[in-house]
Amino acid sequence: MTAPVTSTLPGLLDTERIRADFPILTRRLDGDRPLVYLDSANTSQKPRQVIDAMADHYAQHNANVARAVHQLGAESTAAFEAARDSVAAFIGAPSRDEVIFTKNSSEALNLVANTLAWAKGDLEVGAGDEVVITEMEHHSNIVPWQLLAQRKDARLRWFGLTDEGRLDLANIGELINERTKVVSLVWVSNMLGTLNPVAEIARRAHEVGALVVVDASQAVPQMPVDVASLGADLVAFTGHKMVGPTGIGVLWGRADVLDALPPFLGGGEMIETVTMAASTYAAAPHKFEAGTPPIVQAVGLGAAVDYLSGVGMDKVAAHERAITTYALEQLREVKGLTILGPTDAVDRGGAISFELDGMHPHDVSQVLDSLGIAVRAGHHCAKPAHARFGVQSSTRASFYLYTTPAEVDTLIDGIGQTKRFFKVM
Amino acid sequence: MNLDSLYQEIILDHYRTPHHAGLREPFESEVHHVNPTCGDEVTLRVHVADAIVEDVSYDAEGCSISQASTSVLTDLLIGKKVDDALAIHEAFVKLMMGRGQVEADEDVLEDGIAFAGVAKFPARVKCALLGWMAWKDATARAVAEAEV
Repeated sequence: MTAPVTSTLPGLLDTERIRADFPILTRRLDGDRPLVYLDSANTSQKPRQVIDAMADHYAQHNANVARAVHQLGAESTAAFEAARDSVAAFIGAPSRDEVIFTKNSSEALNLVANTLAWAKGDLEVGAGDEVVITEMEHHSNIVPWQLLAQRKDARLRWFGLTDEGRLDLANIGELINERTKVVSLVWVSNMLGTLNPVAEIARRAHEVGALVVVDASQAVPQMPVDVASLGADLVAFTGHKMVGPTGIGVLWGRADVLDALPPFLGGGEMIETVTMAASTYAAAPHKFEAGTPPIVQAVGLGAAVDYLSGVGMDKVAAHERAITTYALEQLREVKGLTILGPTDAVDRGGAISFELDGMHPHDVSQVLDSLGIAVRAGHHCAKPAHARFGVQSSTRASFYLYTTPAEVDTLIDGIGQTKRFFKVM
Repeated sequence: MNLDSLYQEIILDHYRTPHHAGLREPFESEVHHVNPTCGDEVTLRVHVADAIVEDVSYDAEGCSISQASTSVLTDLLIGKKVDDALAIHEAFVKLMMGRGQVEADEDVLEDGIAFAGVAKFPARVKCALLGWMAWKDATARAVAEAEV
């Protein structure tokens, strides 16, 4: 092991201090193995601050929001709406009313795809219109658009990928044209790690009057985000990948777009008034938040955002870059290992998918699990991106602010042990 | 978890050198099964004549467990009466669903008993059953077709 050398990586956070905030990281697995958690792109671990905020809300303030006159109702509503303020500030939203709480990124993207199907006027996607996505999308940014295209006789098109795992923008002028109504793309790929040039693509999309939707599920957790300058009209992300709880996601949308979109789900909270004949609707964000929302999850997300802001997103991004650079260097040296996606840390997030000759990712991850190393194996909900590189599945290691270089060393060592176990040398 | 209880040498042997691999003629039915959580896939054909499993051929992509289990299936079922093959199928499924609590009968399952350890890894049970579920589906179709 060469741990002392690696602890001097430039940009590294004080991981000892960070890790002390995450109770699960001291967990011993079966056989008394320490946990090496390299699956943060799947879901991140949660700091004590988030766990405590949620437990405290349940223990001290629990009540439904926006309808109870009693003290607890007021406290719960205040906590829920304070979380909206925190999220709005965290992503640079011009207005807190542009922050809609959803269940997750998938629901946020489905909200957009469905309301665009139902919209009347400029935003409506109809027969002959085109929707553009990319070949590196998560299934959650493919399937809703396929459904929309099928339902409305629209045409779904996509950017292909280069061999390096970048978007092939050669045909951008033709692909995004006057028939294009929506361009929806991932900011940072959950499989390839690629960071896409959102601003450049948004500029072209806006030239032809198309709406720009960004899946920022892997971006918001990893780097400073300013939605106002991103160039997107709508941005989706999820709480559980950014040290927050599951069950809460966010859709940010430009106020005028949200205003023009019809409601998504109907129910309580989203109305202005209801008669048996018809209803009128609340303004955003409530228009899109039917029913009792994930209150405690929102409180948890607020605490997560406060936690990340306390560390500093620029520092989180620098840490991610340092660990990813180091891991790429180490993985490139492993014989029989092929990285899918950019092999250097330029314009790249902290998820690294790879193939190992002669071994299936399931078997690789099983052996790594026996060593306490948690990685993801499979298609990572990105089957088309895998197909593009001629593989059915891959093994993925992903990092976060608590990942140490020593954990990367353990992974590399574990890959060596896996090769010996399956007698692939 | 003990890795060796999962990756028995028999399993690794079948993985490295799968038996009866490849798609062959004749066949009465062909199915394509996918494990949606991991993407493992198998295309499997059965040739049934006079209530005998004359051939099971396949093209599979997947992990060692799913590959080896399909290979073992062909060893066990080819040449058997369909009813007997279904009984072996039932025994294998029961073993896999038994969470490690079911005693495997070596007389019935032969190399298949090597998968007893897989039953203790819930995430891998589907891998072991991929080819078996495909075979049952294909056989049911072949038999139904013969009866029409």
